[in-house]
Amino acid sequence: MATQNTKTLARLMMAPSVLLLLVWMIVPLAMTLWFSFQNYNLLDPSNVSFTGLFNYQFFYTDRAFFQSIWNTLVIVGGVLLITVIGGIAIALLLDQPIFGQGIVRILIISPFFVMPPVAALIWKNMIMHPGYGVLADINKFFGFQPVDWFARYPLFSIVLIVAWQWLPFATLILLTALQSLDGEQKEAAEMDGANFFNRFIYLVLPHLARAITVVILIQTIFLLGVYAEILVTTNGGPGYASTNLAFLIYRTALLGYDVGGASAGGIIAVVLANIVAFFLMRAVGKNLDR
Amino acid sequence: MARSVTTRHKVTATIAAWIVALIIFFPILYTIITSLKTEPEAIAGFSLIPSGTFENYITVQTQRDYFKPFMNSVVISVGSTILALIIAIPSAWAMAFSPTRRTKDVLMWMLSTKMMPAVAVLVPIYLMFRDFGLLDSRIGLTVMLTLINLPIVVWMLYTYFREIPGEILEAARMDGAGLWQEIVYVLTPMAVPGIASTLLLNIILAWNEAFWTIRLSTTNAAPLTAFIASFSSPQGLFWAKLSAASTMAIAPILILGWFSQKQLVRGLTFGAVK
Amino acid sequence: MGSITLNKVSKVFGEAKVIPSIDLEINDGEFVVFVGPSGCGKSTLLRLIAGLEDVSGGKIMIDGKDVTQAAPAARGLAMVFQSYALYPHMSVRKNIAFPLKMARMEQSAIDRKVEAAAKVLNLTDYLERRPSQLSGGQRQRVAIGRAIVREPSAFLFDEPLSNLDAALRGTMRLEISDLHNQLKTTMIYVTHDQVEAMTMADKIVVLNRGNIEQVGSPLELYRSPRNLFVAGFIGSPRMNFVDGAYAQSKNAKTAGIRPEHLGLSKDNGTWRGIVKVAEHLGADTFLHLDVDGIGPITARCDGEFGAYHGDTVYMTPDESKLHRFDEKGLAIKG
Ligand SMILES: Nc1ncnc2c1ncn2[C@@H]1O[C@H](COP(=O)(O)OP(=O)(O)O)[C@@H](O)[C@H]1O
Ligand SMILES: [Mg+2]
Repeated sequence: MATQNTKTLARLMMAPSVLLLLVWMIVPLAMTLWFSFQNYNLLDPSNVSFTGLFNYQFFYTDRAFFQSIWNTLVIVGGVLLITVIGGIAIALLLDQPIFGQGIVRILIISPFFVMPPVAALIWKNMIMHPGYGVLADINKFFGFQPVDWFARYPLFSIVLIVAWQWLPFATLILLTALQSLDGEQKEAAEMDGANFFNRFIYLVLPHLARAITVVILIQTIFLLGVYAEILVTTNGGPGYASTNLAFLIYRTALLGYDVGGASAGGIIAVVLANIVAFFLMRAVGKNLDR
Repeated sequence: MARSVTTRHKVTATIAAWIVALIIFFPILYTIITSLKTEPEAIAGFSLIPSGTFENYITVQTQRDYFKPFMNSVVISVGSTILALIIAIPSAWAMAFSPTRRTKDVLMWMLSTKMMPAVAVLVPIYLMFRDFGLLDSRIGLTVMLTLINLPIVVWMLYTYFREIPGEILEAARMDGAGLWQEIVYVLTPMAVPGIASTLLLNIILAWNEAFWTIRLSTTNAAPLTAFIASFSSPQGLFWAKLSAASTMAIAPILILGWFSQKQLVRGLTFGAVK
Repeated sequence: MGSITLNKVSKVFGEAKVIPSIDLEINDGEFVVFVGPSGCGKSTLLRLIAGLEDVSGGKIMIDGKDVTQAAPAARGLAMVFQSYALYPHMSVRKNIAFPLKMARMEQSAIDRKVEAAAKVLNLTDYLERRPSQLSGGQRQRVAIGRAIVREPSAFLFDEPLSNLDAALRGTMRLEISDLHNQLKTTMIYVTHDQVEAMTMADKIVVLNRGNIEQVGSPLELYRSPRNLFVAGFIGSPRMNFVDGAYAQSKNAKTAGIRPEHLGLSKDNGTWRGIVKVAEHLGADTFLHLDVDGIGPITARCDGEFGAYHGDTVYMTPDESKLHRFDEKGLAIKG
């Protein structure tokens, strides 16, 4: 396979996607970096000037900035926690012999295919609405005061919606990994006298390690950029209570028309994502080696 | 220890699994039910039995022209997927069959471009789209989604192609097949299943992409994501109509998803979990 | 026609010099076996001949023509792969017909040739099946069929039998030898199994770390191995090597004696040993002994000899069949 001809051809075949992604990565990033040192407001586009690190300073001293970073971490961490633990539990349950396995799987996987704005609207209106939502109906049934979720617990509400979207993904992947666990291994462990708990800790969990890594990696990629769910439900509020970094940059750029400030925020987001990516990539790289 | 599965165990597990499944599915189910209610019914408190009217669906189409964003979604998601496949197939091919020492690094680098937060480049992309007149155009969104999903498409294809044994291609070469014949008679038939599931999964991802599609479109090119997001501040009460619109927005992809769930795990974990 | 000449052929993968430099002459119609331990570069050498890898240096000639730069298909060779490499989406008929189709042969001629090949290989009843519906031996035959129909100037086999079970391997060995007798086409056959090499080859090429250790007919290699490596590799059970006083008394660094060249007795002999394990094969028995002052020795004796674990047995090496090696491991002549 490895003759000189095939090698040259291989390079040619790879060129389009590599070049496209290279341009796609470098050009906008370079522009963002450039804008981040400019005083540039879309409302006053004729008046652009170099401001050095002012935009960064502005962002850095803004209290909303720290809150948004915290909120980003809470969303990523909270959703990962719920989906991984919940996913393992449900996968263990589905791994048992049950009637109607196929339908149960279809029901559980469904939320993953629901587009984010729809998921957010369903939860906002059908489930968590303080007047007409199902949760309010339940509260009223038991004689409690309905809760205005998005006003009182905005961040939690968003974590809940996003976790609902990603729980199926985690479950399905963990279930697949679980089903590839060698039945003879389980039987050997049983012969060795391991009870359910021990089997789970020493056999099942290590076997799932790779799948859990993959779940965390892929979800993190998407969770760092949660946007539509916030836009549709709380619009980042009240105040900045449910604004994550992505949403803050959007607010600065397209609501505040502040190109320089938004770009500085963008660069900070890139740095942050790179820190996360660094650790994740190492974990994945190891796993892909096999 | 008896290993035979007792019926009691199976019944208990079945009940538990069905409860969990129904709770998880409930929001979707309730949306479908609500879409079949009249508006007064929809806000009248909890009820699982609708009067069964289809009026809401008709209203969504007549008043809000549902068909237009639907077609936008179809064109953008299918178009961007096919475009990505055309670009990705040769690369994935080369990486799977003529790997070099740097192939793995290239793959990891491609994946890492996915880690770049979209908002970080929102400003330059927005400005470029504005200057090139691509805002609110199907072409602009198609190009955007192609770029966004390209790394994933390359990865998925790579993991499928890698499983085609290289010796078969060598055999074809020994048998006198030229590059073109190799592609037509040997590669394509063996690669089609992998390409098909990549296509399916990527259409789902593109259909549901909800950052760029919302930000870069307003009315003409707005796909269903933007269409639905525009309902976020309900003026007046229209629970039932909103449910009908939501149901229509997710139904096609939900059905596609059910069909693709077998390949879903493999595809989305880049072959790391099978 | 199918004579192949390798002239100072070498192959380097990155840093690794897999084949330093090889000169080899393969005559038309010969059955040549490349044999050597796993990883010694047999497949690489075969793939260089096939054109599936570029040479790093040297020249390859087929029938006197320089094909070093020629594409695989242009060399007129056919290859049978270890994994069979059948096209999974094609029927047996289409698999066998594929090279003919690539050569743009007429459909009626293709059909005729496929039928003929199928008949030779006992595949007539399976022509419409997919490879996945065949047994290992049948798949092997399809792979061979695909090679035959091209009427190549030489066949290349890369460990074609290693995925088959022992019984089938024996049958296929005979079938391939038989095929060679019918076609009289040059065959190059790669294996790590010296039994396959001994039973099938006209000429054996023993490879070790990318170098040719010795070239010769099976019996030449058996009777006069050029060095320790060949002596140890050819012959089963393996030749016994004895260092120390006994070797010195024969004016050698190492003395080698094959298990079948030890005379056995229950009463007296040169060496005295205790049976550790006795492998009774029926006609023959292999005795693994611990010999006083020498160490482990394997001996082959008649199945009726009747020795068991713990018995004491005396051995006398047949001096005329003794092999002597110097410090460098090279055989001492005479
Ligand atoms: N494409 C390659 N890249 C790097 N090293 C290779 C490649 N192919 C083979 N090798 C190395 O060359 C040596 C010989 O391999 P091979 O010819 O397959 O051995 P054999 O067939 O005798 O078992 C091995 O050490 C192997 O690791
Ligand atoms: Mg080999």
